Amino acid sequence: MKKGIITVLGKDQVGIIAKVCTLLLQYNVNVLDISQTVLDGYFHMIMVVDLTNQTENTNLHTALNELGETLGLEMRLQLAEIFDAMHHI
Amino acid sequence: MITRNEIMETNRMIKEANLDVRTITMGISLLDCADADVDKFNENIYRKITTYAKDLVKVGDELAEEYGIPVVNKRISVTPIAIAAAGCQTDSYVSIAQTLDRAAKDVGVNFIGGFSALVHKGMTPSDKILIDSIPEALAVTERVCASVNVGTSRNGLNMDAVKKMGEIIRQTAEASKDNGCIGCAKLVVFCNAVEDNPFMAGAFHGVGEGDAAINVGVSGPGVVKKALEEVRGADFETLCETVKRTAFKITRVGQLVAQAAAKELGVPFGIIDLSLAPTPAVGDSIAEIFQEMGLEEPGAPGTTAALAMLNDNVKKGGVMASSYVGGLSGAFIPVSEDHGMIEAVEKGALTLEKLEAMTCVCSVGLDMIAVPGDTSAATLSGIIADEAAIGMINSKTTAVRIIPVIGKQIGDDVEFGGLLGHAPIMPVNGYSCEKFIARGGRIPAPIHSFKN
Repeated sequence: MKKGIITVLGKDQVGIIAKVCTLLLQYNVNVLDISQTVLDGYFHMIMVVDLTNQTENTNLHTALNELGETLGLEMRLQLAEIFDAMHHI
Repeated sequence: MITRNEIMETNRMIKEANLDVRTITMGISLLDCADADVDKFNENIYRKITTYAKDLVKVGDELAEEYGIPVVNKRISVTPIAIAAAGCQTDSYVSIAQTLDRAAKDVGVNFIGGFSALVHKGMTPSDKILIDSIPEALAVTERVCASVNVGTSRNGLNMDAVKKMGEIIRQTAEASKDNGCIGCAKLVVFCNAVEDNPFMAGAFHGVGEGDAAINVGVSGPGVVKKALEEVRGADFETLCETVKRTAFKITRVGQLVAQAAAKELGVPFGIIDLSLAPTPAVGDSIAEIFQEMGLEEPGAPGTTAALAMLNDNVKKGGVMASSYVGGLSGAFIPVSEDHGMIEAVEKGALTLEKLEAMTCVCSVGLDMIAVPGDTSAATLSGIIADEAAIGMINSKTTAVRIIPVIGKQIGDDVEFGGLLGHAPIMPVNGYSCEKFIARGGRIPAPIHSFKN
C-alpha cells in the first residue's frame, strides 16, 4: 500500500473535512483514518490515506496546496515513509 | 503506527529548523570517454553526463514534493579531468571546463565538480595542464568546481604542488577579480581527498567508483540547535545523547531519499555524507550550536572541544541510521556560509589560527575564508601546507578554500551571493614563509605508530 499523510493546519471553519474529502474522491484516494483537534479555534487534522489507486491525471499535491490557499489553511500531503524512517526502526 | 507527535516533530524540523536534504549528487565516470582529439572527448563527456543526469533535477524535485522535504541542490561529480583527459593531445583543458559547464546548465544542476587532479606524490603532464588551466577555467565558467589533492597520510605531502597551488589561487583570484574573486570559492586544495564526497566545491567521482553513483548529503544544523534548546544547562552526557538522537533522525531521512533517488534514476546508491552544513540563513548555523552549548561566540576557549564533541556524536548517531556512510562526514565550518561565524570574525572572536585548530577535529578545513588581496602566493602555500599537515598526520581529510580578495583589505567585506554568502577579510600572519615553501620536493609519509 502507498500510504500518505495529509496534515491540515489553520483557523477552523465550516466544511474543511468535506472539501478535502471531495478532492480526494476526485483522485480516487481512500481515507484510512482521521484524527482532528480544535484548540482555541485553531484546527489541526491528520489524515491517513491510501494512494495506491490514485488517478494521476493532475498533481494531487498542487491541488491540495491550492485548496489550502483558497481556505487560508496550510495543507500538505507527504508519503508516510518519511515519518516511519525517522521515528521507527 | 505513526503517531500525531511524530508527524508534528518531523514537520517542525522541516518548517522551523530548516531540515533539508542538502544535495543529491550524481557521480559519473568519464573514463570511457577518452579520446586523443579534445573535441571528440568534449563531445563524449557532454553526451555521457547529459544522458545519465537528464532526469536528476526532475527526480530531486519530485522526491521533495512527495516526502515534503526540500532537496536543496542537485549536483554532478565526475572523474578527475586530469585522469579522464590524460590522452587528449592539447595544452589546455579550458574547453573541457566549458563543456562541463554547458552540460551542467543543460541538465539544470547548479554545480559540477571534478575539474580535478590528484597529485599527492607527483604530477603527470596532464595534471600540469589541468592545474595551469584552473584560473581561466574558473573565470569563464559558472558552475564548474575544481580541486587538487596535494597530500595523503600514506604518501606524505607534495610540496611542489603546495607551492604551485599558492600561485594558482592568486592567479584564479586575479582572473575573477571583477567578480569578487569568486573563482577561488570554486577551488579546493585537499589532503586525503575522498572519492565519494557529494559536497561542493570538492566533489569528484573517484576512480575506484562504479560507472555512476548517487551520493547524498544531509544537513540540519538548525535541527541540532533546536534539540539542544530543549536540554539547556544539562550535563555533557545529555548533550551528546541529544546530538546523537537528532543525527540519527536526520540521517534516516537522507537514507530514505537517497534510496528513492537511486531507484528512480536507475543508478546505484553510493553513500550518505553525515555532514552538518550551514547556510547563511539564520537558524541554519553551526555557530548557533556553539552558542547554545554555552560559548559566547565561536572562537572562545572551549570551541575546539565543543566542535569535537558535536562532530563525533553526529557520526555516532548517523552511522547507525545509514547502510553506507562516506564522503566527508562531519561538521562544516565555512566562514562565509554561516552568519554566526561571520559575526564572530567581525567581532574579533574568531581568528584564522583558531579556525585551523578547529579543523583538527572536524571536517573539513579552512573553508570560504577571505584574506587581504595582497597576501603572497608563498603565504597561501604556507597556509595550505599547515592544513595539509594536519590531515596527513591525523589521517583525516583537510582542505583549504581561501580567497585572496584583490583590492580589499582587513575591515572590508566581500559578497559572493547565494549559498556562498559574504565574508569579512580576515587578517593573516604577516611573517614570511617564502624560503620554506621555495625548497621544493616532498615531505615524506608520516610514521603511523608512536602517536602523540
